[in-house]
Amino acid sequence: MIRFDGVSKVYPGGAVAVDNLGLTIPTGQITVLVGPSGCGKTTSLRMINRMVKPTSGTITVDGQDIARIRASKLRRGMGYVLQDAGLFPHRTVLDNIGTVPRLLGWKRARIQERARELLERVGLEDDLADRYPNQLSGGQRQRVGVARALAADPPVLLMDEPFSAVDPVVRDQLQSDLLALQADLSKTIVLVTHDIDEALRLGDQVAVLRRGGHLAQVGSPAELLAHPADDFVADFLGRDRGYRSLAFAGMPRLTLHAERTVTLGEPLPAGGPPWVLVLDAGRPQGWVRTEEVHRPGRRVLVDDLERGGNVARLDSTPREVLDAALSSPAGRGVIIDDQGEFVGTVVASELLALLELERGQR
Amino acid sequence: MIERIWAWLIASSSWVGPDGIGARLGEHVLFSVVVVAAAIVVGVPLGLWIGHLGRGRWLIAAANAARAVPTLGLLFALALWVGPHIPGRWAFVVPSLVALLLLAIPPVLAGTYAGVEAIDPAVRDAARAMGMSPLRVIRQVELPNAMPLVLSGVRSAMLQVVATATIAAYVGLGGLGRFLVDGLASGNYPMTAGGAILVAALALVIDAVLALAQRLLVPAGLREGGRERIASGRHTGNPATAGDPTVSPAR
Amino acid sequence: MTWFLDHWDEVITLARQHAVLAALPLAVGFLLALPLGWAARRWRTAYPILVTASGLLYTIPSLALFVLLPLVLGTRILDPLNVVVAMTIYTVALLVRTVADALGAVPEGVRSAAVALGYRAPRRFMTVELPLAVPVLVAGLRVAAVSNVSIVSVASLIGVTQLGDLLTDGYNRAIGGELITGILACLVLALLFDVTLQGLGRLLTPWVRVEQARGRPVTKGAAA
Repeated sequence: MIRFDGVSKVYPGGAVAVDNLGLTIPTGQITVLVGPSGCGKTTSLRMINRMVKPTSGTITVDGQDIARIRASKLRRGMGYVLQDAGLFPHRTVLDNIGTVPRLLGWKRARIQERARELLERVGLEDDLADRYPNQLSGGQRQRVGVARALAADPPVLLMDEPFSAVDPVVRDQLQSDLLALQADLSKTIVLVTHDIDEALRLGDQVAVLRRGGHLAQVGSPAELLAHPADDFVADFLGRDRGYRSLAFAGMPRLTLHAERTVTLGEPLPAGGPPWVLVLDAGRPQGWVRTEEVHRPGRRVLVDDLERGGNVARLDSTPREVLDAALSSPAGRGVIIDDQGEFVGTVVASELLALLELERGQR
Repeated sequence: MIERIWAWLIASSSWVGPDGIGARLGEHVLFSVVVVAAAIVVGVPLGLWIGHLGRGRWLIAAANAARAVPTLGLLFALALWVGPHIPGRWAFVVPSLVALLLLAIPPVLAGTYAGVEAIDPAVRDAARAMGMSPLRVIRQVELPNAMPLVLSGVRSAMLQVVATATIAAYVGLGGLGRFLVDGLASGNYPMTAGGAILVAALALVIDAVLALAQRLLVPAGLREGGRERIASGRHTGNPATAGDPTVSPAR
Repeated sequence: MTWFLDHWDEVITLARQHAVLAALPLAVGFLLALPLGWAARRWRTAYPILVTASGLLYTIPSLALFVLLPLVLGTRILDPLNVVVAMTIYTVALLVRTVADALGAVPEGVRSAAVALGYRAPRRFMTVELPLAVPVLVAGLRVAAVSNVSIVSVASLIGVTQLGDLLTDGYNRAIGGELITGILACLVLALLFDVTLQGLGRLLTPWVRVEQARGRPVTKGAAA
């Protein structure tokens, strides 16, 4: 557990970066510090490993005041991931990952073994091991940065805007990989971002800071969305806060509807409903419009499919299920099971009615 | 004329003896290497330190400005005022070597500093965040990353020294410059031109050797990297020295 | 000081000669370096060849070049032309790379926009690329100018008259005042060249001044 107790940082000249911050960061969870630029989030992060020295207040890690721990020792026990990775250009990927173990005086063979293991862990091919950072893509560099931070298996991971410099597709992938990694490792992660979507997606706990280094609100994503403390937090969470909160709401028990289906490559039987769901080996492929496709003896081809609809799974959140329904050309959201096979469809109005009902009961 | 220069160059009498080409060449190389080695010993640690702390930049500015001092003037001034205070045969050597050293330090210092300065701040940050001590950051991160510019500073110092050592023959230093200065004084053009050819050849050979050393000493990750880092807009080089901040402005 | 006061007219004459020997090659060298640098930019294979070749030329020590040029040019050894040609060679050697890099520093977006607006190559070069390259070009010219002023003084060893004569004569006859005057005169001349070029650069790039006045945001140590 990391605790901030009345921590302030005032720069010479009077600029206040962090103002009397009190915050508890629970062990084994992801805490996200989020806020606009100038809110002191990076400064707060950097105070945890003493890269920045607080003007007043104390920070403790598992009850121990970090001011009493030697900086180098403290830092070697905390992984640090920067926005543009900050990899050493003169060292290979493998040597970059092995930096902290080498500082700790591990044996060569053990460092090698550990670095290779981490390379795989963060989803990189083994043949990247001997490349240099400037031969990697932005996403790969960031993965190496995470591997380097994890090398000595520190209990704490500090991440400063780790995914800001990569494009949205890569960012999405890196975020889900981080969540998968965390499910295995249960590190105490403190992550700084200015992106509220990233904060809500990754954080077990989200701390919203405002300009001037004030803590505006701390809570789980669901709490923040449901009960923002003030206008600033509400604004920061955005206009579609209500819709977003569905991502954290409990899923009501839904009635699934049966659907007329046809297998890809088979002819469409006559007299069906206007939209028919096309399956291939039980998996949904897309919808076809009966009046366009139905000719005697004509088979349903890939080109006939109207794609576009998202599918949701049985264990999806209300937000994903609602999105599946709203994005479907047929107006019915496709639900699949763990194997990806079609189980039924849902209608948006029914889901909304159930959510309404649940709300009334609360 | 060319035949006469050639004749001088290949005559065995030109090569042997304490005034021969062999001995002069040896002196020239020895002076140059010793002076540049001394400049490295002074300039590299100083440049690393200033770059690391970001303090004392005025020293870099001063070193750059000092390069406008005419080398000939510096040489003569030291020979005129320092020489007489030194006893014996060193009177001719020491002032020249000091002048050469004063000329060699600025490029090495500026190159080292520029090399450290150009390092991506995130790299330094990461080094610190992983618990490296300041000395370790300098040795394991800053020096290797600054290496390309350190070495081009050394190369440019070496050029400067080889060229100025030639002129220093005028104030009594040995080396290949003797053939030029003595040849000019006695109107012996074949000897003058022959000496000039030797000096030019020596400069080219030494520069080639250093270019090779540069290849061997620059960490592999930085070799192809240069172009890409510039393309990604993280080029922090000073436009005032487009391309090479250590180019020697005077010789 | 007294030496200078007694000989100031002589110093001015020498300084004028020195200025010509340094400035003429600077101008000629720049005009030669422009097309060469452009070519180095234009053709991928030309860049390493031109940059290496100019690097090799720059490697030759000045005294050696002064002495060898009569052999190539057929001039007499005392001819000031040797010095002018040698200095031009050094200027070109320094500036080819500067020109190539300066043109390379013109943002690709600006170049594309000029193409899209219908500029043809020669006009685009003269009205868009060259003006935007001015700051880097001026920086290169300043280095070359200061370098030239210093190297020219070496020419007194081969008997070409300029401020270097004060250095040689001051040393030979052990006249400290003359030697000091020579050094200071060289420094002042170098400073004059530097200031002139800097002023010229500012005059040619009014937009840079506007940017500086507005003040770029300080990014260092941003506490986000």
